[in-house]
Amino acid sequence: MDPDTMTDAGADSAHRAGRLAWPAERLRAKALEIRRDIVTLLAKAQSGHSGGPLSCADFGTALFFHELSVDPANPAWPERDFWHFSIGHVTPVIYSLMAERGYFPLRDLMKFRAFDGHLQGHPSCQDTPGIEVSSGSLGQGLSVCCGVAMAARLDDHPRRVYCVMGDGEQQEGQIWEAAMFAGHRRLDNLCGIVDYNRKQIDGDVEDICGIRPLADKWRAFRWNVIECDGHDLDAVLAAFAAARAHRGQPSVILAHTVMGRGVSFMADDYRWHGKPPKMPEAEQALAELGTSYAAWSARLLAGGADRDAAPSPDGVGP
Amino acid sequence: MSAAIALPAKVEKKKTREGFGRALVALGEADPRIVVLVGDLVESTMTSFFAERFPERFIEVGIAEQNMTGIAAGLAAMGKIPFLATYGAFATCRAADQLRVTVAYSDLNVKIGGAHGGISVGPDGATHQAMEEISIIRSLPNMSMVVPCDYWETYKATLAAARHQGPVYIRFGREDVPVVTAEDTPFTLGRGEVFAGGEDLTIVACGVMVYEALRARATLLASGIAARVVDLHTLKPLDVALLERCARETGAIVTAEEHQVNGGLGGAVAEAVVRAHPVPMEFVAVMDRFGQSGKPDELMDAFGLRARDIVVAAERALERKRKA
Repeated sequence: MDPDTMTDAGADSAHRAGRLAWPAERLRAKALEIRRDIVTLLAKAQSGHSGGPLSCADFGTALFFHELSVDPANPAWPERDFWHFSIGHVTPVIYSLMAERGYFPLRDLMKFRAFDGHLQGHPSCQDTPGIEVSSGSLGQGLSVCCGVAMAARLDDHPRRVYCVMGDGEQQEGQIWEAAMFAGHRRLDNLCGIVDYNRKQIDGDVEDICGIRPLADKWRAFRWNVIECDGHDLDAVLAAFAAARAHRGQPSVILAHTVMGRGVSFMADDYRWHGKPPKMPEAEQALAELGTSYAAWSARLLAGGADRDAAPSPDGVGP
Repeated sequence: MSAAIALPAKVEKKKTREGFGRALVALGEADPRIVVLVGDLVESTMTSFFAERFPERFIEVGIAEQNMTGIAAGLAAMGKIPFLATYGAFATCRAADQLRVTVAYSDLNVKIGGAHGGISVGPDGATHQAMEEISIIRSLPNMSMVVPCDYWETYKATLAAARHQGPVYIRFGREDVPVVTAEDTPFTLGRGEVFAGGEDLTIVACGVMVYEALRARATLLASGIAARVVDLHTLKPLDVALLERCARETGAIVTAEEHQVNGGLGGAVAEAVVRAHPVPMEFVAVMDRFGQSGKPDELMDAFGLRARDIVVAAERALERKRKA
């Protein structure tokens, strides 16, 4: 299986192995679906985090549908890139991306956090196919990714390693242990992405324990720092390309985002960090996103393993 | 089946951690997946042998045990068999959450060599005398744990840890300790060994306390008491069948460990025995207090971790057995 060939083939199916390399316009349409998935699964579960998943939706879509070389049908594909969300609480966006990419059926999203489902509140590699290492206790993911990057170096393997972190998470000391290690080892197969939405569960990051100047901190730890608007897909794709091209240092993309982006009453409000929308709120959110709970939950429930067979009631999507 | 270990007439002493260091080299020769990580303690953990032989597979992480634990997890996720080495205090307490969430919950194939376990660490004092590892590791699902008694058992435990799929913790001490086993003494991960027979009571020990238990047995034998000695090197998974058999056949148990009494070997054995066949039990352990500086021998005496302490505990257990 040659990922490059897959990319060139046009990659119409979201199941395909390798890099999909979708263009920005197509990613925008998919990101809208991801937001609908997030709100719908949160409304169904009545439990989980809203704000962070919505701020991650755009660069997350770019990661899964453009950048990453993976095979959702065979998550252990030896040639795969490695992706890891150190911010385990953004499972609504992680699971939506995974289901839309073809790791498991869309209908599984309707059992988010449910006893009889496989989608734990925080990612569990023992429960969900495609999750490689469990996370949920903040600050630990970049170390894991350093280990993966070291393994690739030992094996002379071209694997790239992507670690999504939160901005509040930058307050964890272990992040900087790992940053120091990766900088020291010049792990240029490693790319960090910070969801820089400026909010954390108790309020504004800068009010609670300020992380500024964040770019300078990463530079001081010998990283290549790339800043972009995390909702501008052209900018995000350019950032990924720049990270991939950079040699001799790990790269970190500071993706400037808005918590709760895409839903008017959630946007930029830290109070939406850790709670789900109640059903009337979900209906309003989904209306803003151009659908309804009935329509979108029906789409998810009809979505089996064959992603392309799922109806798209609003005509958006593949 | 029993290994029949006699108290050596002439005691040879060796460091358990040297068994770890030598075994890593043997593993490295046989399997390219073996990787060793250390947190600025190359000499102390005796990973220096591996570092010299396989520099490309040796990762010096620096003073960052939480990071080292995560890096090991990432290596394991990619099919490597990482052994990380540091002091037990840091491997367990410092990196407890990393062990819990990243390693154990993910059930990753990470091997942890925890050096400097026990009060016999000596002059460095309480901060460096790890005495909580069994309690911590035993409470984490998916983990296995071995507390070997001497050089050869540590060597074999290290080889066995590499063969086992899943996270394993191996605890070793700082001091030279008596070599009571031989190269060909049987060792199976998850199975205790009866080192010496006896029907009056059972002494269940791990680590350096196995030697003390053998000495205690000799003293008791002089008073006509036949104590069985079990080397319970694997704390998890526990050899419940053996413990049940010992409880049924001898009717009294003394546990002996160089570790806190709460949640250690004694606790593990008690949980198994209470379920299977309750008998009077006594505990030789560190009695819920921190360590202190001193010479290893002074501290073993002061903290009641000697053969004579096992003898006293055995007499108490036998007294209760008679009254029962």
